[in-house]
This record gives sequence, structure tokens and C-alpha cells, in this order.
Amino acid sequence: MAKSPEEEHPHKAFGWAAKDTSGILSPFHFSRRDNGVEDVTIKILYCGVCHSDLHAAKNEWGFSRYPMVPGHEIVGLVTKTGSNVMKLKVDDRVGVGVMVNSCKSCEYCHQDLENYCPQMIFTYNAQNHDGTRTYGGYSNTIVVDQHFVVRIPDSMPSDGCAPLLCAGITVYSPMKYYGMTEPGKHLGIVGLGGLGHVAVKIGKAFGLKVTVISSSSRKEREALDRLGADSFLVSNDPAKMKAAFGTMDYIIDTVSAVHALAPFLSLLKTNGKLVTLGLPEKPLELPIFPLVLGRKLVGGSDVGGMKETQEMLDFCAKHNIAADVEVIQMDQINTAMERLAKSDVRYRFVIDVANSLSQSQL
Amino acid sequence: MVSKSPELEHPKPAFGWAARDQSGLLSPFKFSRRETAENDVAFKVLYCGICHSDLHMTKNEWGVTQYPCIPGHEIVGIVTEVGSKVEKFKVGDRVGVGCMVGSCRSCDSCHNNLENYCPKMILTYGAKNYDGTITYGGYSDIMVANEHFIVRIPDNLSLDVGAPLLCAGITVYSPLRYFGLDKPGMHVGVVGLGGLGHVAVKFAKAMGVKVTVISTSPNKKQEAVENLGADSFLVSRDQDQMQAAMGTLDGIIDTVSAVHPMPPLLALLKSHGKLVLVGAPVKPLELHAFALISGRKIVGGSCIGGMKETQEMIDFAAKHNITANVEVIPMDYVNTAMERMLKGDVRYRFVIDVAKTLNP
Repeated sequence: MAKSPEEEHPHKAFGWAAKDTSGILSPFHFSRRDNGVEDVTIKILYCGVCHSDLHAAKNEWGFSRYPMVPGHEIVGLVTKTGSNVMKLKVDDRVGVGVMVNSCKSCEYCHQDLENYCPQMIFTYNAQNHDGTRTYGGYSNTIVVDQHFVVRIPDSMPSDGCAPLLCAGITVYSPMKYYGMTEPGKHLGIVGLGGLGHVAVKIGKAFGLKVTVISSSSRKEREALDRLGADSFLVSNDPAKMKAAFGTMDYIIDTVSAVHALAPFLSLLKTNGKLVTLGLPEKPLELPIFPLVLGRKLVGGSDVGGMKETQEMLDFCAKHNIAADVEVIQMDQINTAMERLAKSDVRYRFVIDVANSLSQSQL
Repeated sequence: MVSKSPELEHPKPAFGWAARDQSGLLSPFKFSRRETAENDVAFKVLYCGICHSDLHMTKNEWGVTQYPCIPGHEIVGIVTEVGSKVEKFKVGDRVGVGCMVGSCRSCDSCHNNLENYCPKMILTYGAKNYDGTITYGGYSDIMVANEHFIVRIPDNLSLDVGAPLLCAGITVYSPLRYFGLDKPGMHVGVVGLGGLGHVAVKFAKAMGVKVTVISTSPNKKQEAVENLGADSFLVSRDQDQMQAAMGTLDGIIDTVSAVHPMPPLLALLKSHGKLVLVGAPVKPLELHAFALISGRKIVGGSCIGGMKETQEMIDFAAKHNITANVEVIPMDYVNTAMERMLKGDVRYRFVIDVAKTLNP
């Protein structure tokens, strides 16, 4: 008979979980495995609230299993290390992102592309090799294979660094892969949310000209004055969009709602590349003529491998890039999720786990 | 100002077959070609391939056709006259013209040998030339074109089977190179076994690539494998076959211009695979973002190729004995040929024997 989440592992843990497709989170007692020879145990300090957490909590992608403890932008302190762990020691400040395991033997794992390993295991809402479910960072502690733990550079703030573990690598990886790093080239970023605002900062650090493309003008001043974007394009303004046709070398599309791709393809120059990162529930319409006539392409990207994630953090530390966050208490998470659904956040909620989770047990 | 009739607008009398309206039916048509200017090459047309685009254009399916429309952009022949500044060609040379006869020659694309992406590129037929006259294609007795848009056909490449390379050939060669699907040992799929598809198989094989043809017609399997050299054949409507081939291809060249589903094709790709469309469905296709994201896959398009690459492709074809499989027809069969092509009833390109059968 299957054990309850509280009993299936030896070490007690506490977090907040979604229990059904309403996506409403509430206190949840569960347990973590013993710290194995390759593992580190982490006391969680902060966890970012990624839009994927909302999609998953509400089963919008159709593969959610409950109870589900979301959270894959985790920053914490090492409290225990397994006997094979050499790179990390107790009290190190570390991060865990979207994955906690992979097969470590396929061609993708061998190329530091664990994120494309067919047996990659997500930090939450996935099945471990032992059949138990993975639970994420909206919790007090996590035990993770050292390979899937990154070191947080000393100069980075814990709260501002947490979102980089998903949002950061999600935009950094395609910028490298699709060659969006040539200074002077023009990058368009669709959507100014968790992903988009980090993409602006990283894009500027690569020396690119950056245009933020958004459906409303209310974010314009922020984008230009605070985030450092070079220009701002309102996608609902046909005249402005037309004036920008054929001006961009690349576009990163972070929008997760269903939306039209055609206008964005028109913004690209010949040989331009549009990378789509959002995961809408329904298919998008892709017009083919613009791809053929302009030799344009649409590509995807899915977080990044562990080596690249560490590289991204080091790059961000060097360029003083952190996420813009609104720190919340654990028991504010449901309100935060509602606000996130309306894009009412500048630009990532981060849960102050260490200071508010235990209180929420009372 | 009264514009001159096609017969009078230029000094050289010419004759061809043209479509007059959206019915797309072709019939004899007298017109004229310009004087051979200092950078021009004039040649007697021997053969012209029938491209599916000719059908799209004569019926104005893309909404851009100027009538009367003489199609034909897979044109080969023998040089009869060269302008005073022409150095690369001489009378008697075997030459060809593909899909373009002009471009601005000054933009980024033109400077990068990508005249095909120049915003002011002039199509070989059905387009407005810089002088306001309409361009007329290769279903005609003579051509006059700027030498920059002329390619040399090597002696060992027969003109009848070489003609289709000028559009079909470059259309598949260019993306195989640009998207890096030309490395020995790679595994590439070709969707659609028609004019483009059959040439794609031959080019890919010559590049050392393993080729799987993906087609809705099981009856093309034997040809594909025995005649064209494909390594395997997938019937796209056969779910079991498609399932078994999931995640096996580094890339796919998709030549189909009808609307068709993308998800099964994306599923055939390995992670980091590339689906390249060279046929242009007029309606958008459905894209499941998840399919691109979870494997970091790409969907791209490509449109013919620049002049430098077109010459490179012809030379590559000559070196590797790559020719199109053609059915040579007389000029007055052209309307029937168009109907048969629409039904896919040709192995795999009609080529009009212009010199011998185009009679005024």
C-alpha cells in the first residue's frame, strides 16, 4: 500500500500545496528522502513564483498530479552534504531550478543538456525513480543531487537571484543558442513580465539594442527608464508596428497566452529569428509565407543545462543583474497567484520562505 | 500616356504562351524583348521546366500576378548575343535563368549574395520591371537578362534535365546548406515527392546524408528507394510508421504547399531538429509551442537562393550527376500538363521542349 506523503520518506517537511485544479494552495505536511552520497540538503530561504507554477497548480497543461508543491526558483543554504559531494559544503548559498535529476548517460546529458534528456525529472509535479512525487520549493527543505545544485555568487541578493533559476536561464540559454549576442544587433522582447524584464537586462549586458513590445503602454516608462530598454513598441498600435517592420534581428516571445505570431514575424529582418518561450494551452497560428519569403525561423527553448545555468548566474553577477521582485509571505501566495494571472507584479513574486513558512503552520 | 502593347513595347519580336486571366489557361502570345543592353545576355530558349509556382501564378493564387502572364523560371538555352560590358559569357554558351531577373544590387541582402531576399527583387515573370513593363518568363522563344542573373550550365549537365534545377534545385539546396542539414551521417526527411522533393533526395544523398521520404502516397515508395536512392520511406497517414520514426530526424525539408499538419512532422525530429518549409501554404499552420520548446526545435522557411549559390548548386549537381527526372512535352501540351501537375501526376517535372515545339 502506498505511503502517505508524510510517511514515504524519513525526514519531515512542510510546505504549501495545491490539492486540486482550483490551484488554491494550503499548508501541507510531507517528507524528504535521506541525504544520499551524492545529495545536499538545503534549508530553503526564498522561492520565486514562476508563471509555470500557476499553470501547473491549475492543471492547465493536463499532466498535474495532486497534492502538488510548486516552486522551481529556489535559493537556500546547504545544511548537509553526502560523502561524494566535494564542490559544496554546509552553509554554502545555493540554488535549485527546474530539474532535480536526469539519466546522466545519454548524449544530451553528456553535452551538458540535461534539460533535453528524455528522462529528466522536474523539481515538482514529476515522478522520482522510486515512484514518489517530486515536491518543489514552496517548502522548508529540499534534498537534491549535487549535480542539479548551483552556487549563488556572493555578490547576488538571495531574493533577487531566485527568479534567475528559471526565468534567467530560460532567456539566457536561447540568447546564446540562437546567437543573440552580437553587440549592436536589435532584439525585440514580447511581454514584460518575469521572463521579459530579465531578458531586457541580459540583452543590454550583451550589448544589444533592446525594444520591449507590449500590448499596453503602461509599462513604457519603466521599460525605458528603469530597465534600460532602448525603445518600446505597443503591439496594438498598427501604425507603430508597421514603422518597425523589418527592423529586428531577433525576437524573444515570452507571452504564455494564445496570441498572433504574424505581426511579430513582420518585425524581423530577413534571416530573423523568433524564439517562443511561453507555453500557451492552445496552438498558435503560424503563417508560413513570412518564413519562406524572409528565411525567418521560429524556435523554442526550454530552460538550460546545469553548466549553462551556473554560467548564467556568474554572468548576471558580473553585470549586476538580478530580478525585480516583490517579496511576499507564504500565506499571501494565493493572492499573489491571482495577481500574477493579471500580470500585476513588477516582475516576480518571491516567497520569503525562511521567515514566513513556519509561521503559516500555526 | 498610352502604354504600348506587349508586341510593341520592346524592339525584339518574341513569341510565347501566356495566361490572360485567372483561369490560368495558356495560349499563343506575341510580345517583345528589350534590346540587349551593355550588361545583358540574350539567349535562345531550348527548354523550360514547369514549376508548380507557374500554376499558382497563372491562376493568381497569390494575388500578385500581372497579366498577360508568360510563366517559366527554369529556363535554359544557348547565348545568341552579349552586351558590350559582358565578360563572363559569350555567344554559344549554355546558360540558364531561374526565378529572378533583377534586384536593387545595393541593399544588405544583395551585398550578401542574397538577391532572393532583396525587397526590390524582380521575378522572372509576372512582375513589374524597373521600366514599368511586365516581365515575361521562359515559355517563350528568347530571353534577355542581366548577366548577374544568368548561370552557366556545365557541359556535362544536359539542358533538359538540368532546367528544373534552376528553381526546384536551388529551392532545396539552399536550405540544406543554410540550416546545416548537409553533414554526412545526418538523417533528413523530405516531405512530398514531387518536383522539389525528388531533387532534395538526390542532393541530400550526394551530401552524404541519410534520407527518408515522407509521403501520403505509398505507391511512390519503390521509386523513392530504388530510383532516387532514398534510404527509407514513411507513409504519413500510417500512424504506426510515423510513431516508430519519432525522434529520428535531424531535419526535414517540407516541400508540400497544401495546408498540412505540423505536429506529426515535429514529432519525427530529434531534439534540436529543424523543420524547413519550402512550399508555402497560403493559410497559417497550427503550431504547438510545446513541441518546439520541449526539444528546442526550429521551424524555418527558405525561398530559392541567391545567384552565387545558384551557380554553386548547378556546379555541385554537374559534379555529382544530379539531374531532375523529367517528362519532356511539346508546348501545346502545357494546359494538360498543368492539370496533371495539380494532381501530382508527373514523375517529377514537366519540361517544355521550347526550341522544337514552340511555333508561332
